[in-house]
Amino acid sequence: MADSPSDKLAEQMASEPILGPGYDIGSVSDKISAIVMIRKPPKWWILGFAGAFALVMMLLYAVTYLFAVGVGIWGITIPIGWGFAIINFVWWIGIGHAGTLISAILLLLRQQWRTSINRFAEAMTLFAVACAGVFPLIHMGRPWLAYWLFPYPDTMKMWPNFRSPLVWDAFAVSTYATVSALFWYIGLLPDLATLRDRSKKRPAKIIYGLLAMGWRGSATHWYRHETASLLLAGLATPLVLSVHTIVSFDFAFSIVPGWHATIFPPYFVAGAIYAGFAMVLTLTIPVRKIFGLEDFITMKHLDNMGKVLLATGLIVGYGYMMEAFSAFYSGNTYERYMIMNRMGGPYAAFYWCLVACNIVTPQFLWSRKVRSNVVALFAIAMVVNVGMWLERFVIVVTSLHRDFMPSAWGMYYPTRWDFMTFFGTIGLFLALLFLFIRFLPLISIFEMRALVTEEEKKAAE
Amino acid sequence: MKKQTTHEIYGLMAEFKTADELLKAAHRTKDAGYTRIDAFSPFPIEGLREALGFHRTKLPAIVLCGGILGGCAGFFLQYYAAVISYPINVGGRPLNSWPAFIPITFEMTILFAAAAAVFGMLALNGLPTPYHPVFNVPRFALASRDRFFLCIKARDPLFDPENTRRFMDTLEAREVCEIEP
Repeated sequence: MADSPSDKLAEQMASEPILGPGYDIGSVSDKISAIVMIRKPPKWWILGFAGAFALVMMLLYAVTYLFAVGVGIWGITIPIGWGFAIINFVWWIGIGHAGTLISAILLLLRQQWRTSINRFAEAMTLFAVACAGVFPLIHMGRPWLAYWLFPYPDTMKMWPNFRSPLVWDAFAVSTYATVSALFWYIGLLPDLATLRDRSKKRPAKIIYGLLAMGWRGSATHWYRHETASLLLAGLATPLVLSVHTIVSFDFAFSIVPGWHATIFPPYFVAGAIYAGFAMVLTLTIPVRKIFGLEDFITMKHLDNMGKVLLATGLIVGYGYMMEAFSAFYSGNTYERYMIMNRMGGPYAAFYWCLVACNIVTPQFLWSRKVRSNVVALFAIAMVVNVGMWLERFVIVVTSLHRDFMPSAWGMYYPTRWDFMTFFGTIGLFLALLFLFIRFLPLISIFEMRALVTEEEKKAAE
Repeated sequence: MKKQTTHEIYGLMAEFKTADELLKAAHRTKDAGYTRIDAFSPFPIEGLREALGFHRTKLPAIVLCGGILGGCAGFFLQYYAAVISYPINVGGRPLNSWPAFIPITFEMTILFAAAAAVFGMLALNGLPTPYHPVFNVPRFALASRDRFFLCIKARDPLFDPENTRRFMDTLEAREVCEIEP
């Protein structure tokens, strides 16, 4: 019986490796720690970090001027009281979710292919959440009162409004940042020990030694470490779902047409994973090329990430269609106008660009050839990054600028300070990433050792 | 002539090249009756902790307690603020608006459970440990790279410098050495 084409394809897919040949636990450890154990950073790193740092300076300048003068320097006005700040906040938080999905959810689902990308993805999450956290703090009219968001016993006996999604957001994002940081750190502990033992210079030994907390690889310690990691993964999974759900509630709990929709929680969560995987692809593709890590982050990884991108893109596309359908089906004049305005109003270009970026572009990922083409994957990922930002823009601005009363309609024009703050946070993200790849192992070394051992055992059978 | 060893050692350490060798050696050591033993590896090895006689950890229970504490704390905070401390009459709606209190209660549960997992794991492992005698073994740095170690502590009731050393020599290790305290 001849092999049918689909049999051949399935065989090919099953045999594609998630680890290049010829590695043992020693060489895998050396290859990853060698990236950190260098005497001087390479020139491209210095240039890249300098560029990112310059953007951070621009961020500081924009934020300082903001604190000095007030939110009037931004493009927000009545009726569009929320602009770039909330758009960027949701964009960054969404990006963070892919990292937690790769670290936590794929761990629970016992997906081996997460091993070489989870450390980097989790670091990306932390830095994305840090960038996201900038916006709620700076976008307040009175940022010196930001601490009022948190419950503390005060002399006025005032408490935050615990029934408000904005307060829920404060708790959710703080919890997310804390849990991500804790999860990332304990995952790093054994690798910090590796760096401590491999460092030649005394200051490096001491710093890594302090951070590694004396980890010695004892069997009972490993057992508790594994237990803690699994428990944290189990906790982080509902956390990820709840955080972006609560962020969607910032919109869904209002009465604004286009916001007050029950599709928002799953739509936002799927959109977050979509945007996040696009960012993971955007970052992983250059990193694996520059550091020669193609044996660890293989085409199978890129293929799988492409598939996740396609799947979540389809869910997001479904969300758009349901939004449009429910608006018409509701019979509600304001909902109907909202969707007509999105499609044909002053911001229609943004809407159609959004459809092209988020619904049309990922369809190319159905093709196996596209998913195995690194340049195509990178291009599609960049387009999705932009598309997801546009989605938040369309949701926020088109719903706010024309709602119930035509006499209250207006237009939103972002100012240079809006753009400076946004690109400044991109600089902050990149700067943190550059520091991460310089000083910490960007692939989880101990998990790779376990993977190598398992692959050896499988090959021996 | 018998040499008198007057100095105290922490124990004896054997180095192995593969995980399977370590696992076999650990089983044999436990079968020989030693209890104060420990094994070191660059990644977690399945079956090793059972070979050392260690079965269950209290960590899941600690995490559960942390989660319950967090949930109660989160709910009680909101209840206290909304019902006791500063009740506000909003159209006659119930002060104890528990559905609205769910998101924050959930987040606090996760937060406290995660903190319990991390700090509980560190506390149970005794970390941070600024000093430990096993680091005095010169080749121990390889425990975080590609070698596997087994240690029998001097505190073990069956420990005897010569007999234990002879026993460890039969374990087919690459090297057996003393651990300075």
